[in-house]
Amino acid sequence: MRRVLAVLAVLWLGLAPALAQEVQLADPKLEQRARDLSREIRCVVCQSQSVADSDADIAKEVRAIIREQIGAGRSDQEIRDYLVARYGDFVLFDPPFKTSTYALWIGPFAILVFAAIGVAIFFRRRAQEPARVRELDPEEQSRVARLLNDREGGA
Amino acid sequence: MRRLVFLLPILIVAILVAVFWIGLDPKRDKSVLPSALVGKPAPMIDLPGLHEGAPRLTLESFQGQLVAINFFASWCLPCRAEHPLLKQISAEFGVPIIGIAWKDKPDDSRAFLAELGDPYVATGTDENGRTGIDFGITGIPETFLVDGNGIVRYRFAGPLSPDGLRNQLAPAIAEAKR
Repeated sequence: MRRVLAVLAVLWLGLAPALAQEVQLADPKLEQRARDLSREIRCVVCQSQSVADSDADIAKEVRAIIREQIGAGRSDQEIRDYLVARYGDFVLFDPPFKTSTYALWIGPFAILVFAAIGVAIFFRRRAQEPARVRELDPEEQSRVARLLNDREGGA
Repeated sequence: MRRLVFLLPILIVAILVAVFWIGLDPKRDKSVLPSALVGKPAPMIDLPGLHEGAPRLTLESFQGQLVAINFFASWCLPCRAEHPLLKQISAEFGVPIIGIAWKDKPDDSRAFLAELGDPYVATGTDENGRTGIDFGITGIPETFLVDGNGIVRYRFAGPLSPDGLRNQLAPAIAEAKR
């Protein structure tokens, strides 16, 4: 049993994220900050992964930079700014709300609002539908009478 | 109002056409990010020279002239592919090329240049890759144009091809020289 547990423990270590195998910050609080921050930075080569999840060379380097700067006492925002200056807003998984990203942030909601308006118009119109059945004018009435007469006469 | 509703499908189709037009453009490579650096001062370069006895590589020593900066490494296969074209940049356009060996062992970089020829006027070693990150590279090779005022004018991500050299880099060089 012990041996099985030992093997499991070793396997578990192997499963730990790439982060755990690197030189870590001595202070667990700072290390946690480094990990949290690297989860919101996009890896620039493997674009749908965060720097925390990626094994790419450049992601490793960015993780090292994050640790280094946290160790040097920089704030999370300063580190984000450092990376944005080099790679643009694209590196942030949570891009800032500004003119160039309005479409990105508002787009989905705008589509939702338009769709809701469309649906509302559709249902409203349907509710009004019976009211749109108008009275027949005299000419039409006489035509209907004629047609009905014809049928009765023919039968 | 009625008529507007009839125009709606046309509007939607127009939007979709625009989205697909941009999205399916064969020239658009979505792995290439827009550079945050173009139009801004080039990051500082201060790297050990690659060759024996070479001085440290700095951008200041090239001030006042248009230079190309090429990030490469011996382990990078596409760098090997674009290598013959680098000489053309300096020969044809009169633009000196600075080489930066990115995350590469100096011995390997030297062997790489000894084997394929050395197109660079000066070469620095960026072993920890920080200078590359300062330039916002996403991989190598990447080639930048920095003008005489130290402003980054152009970035070419990925290996140069004869086509890329002719149709993208050459016009950018002409533009930067103006």
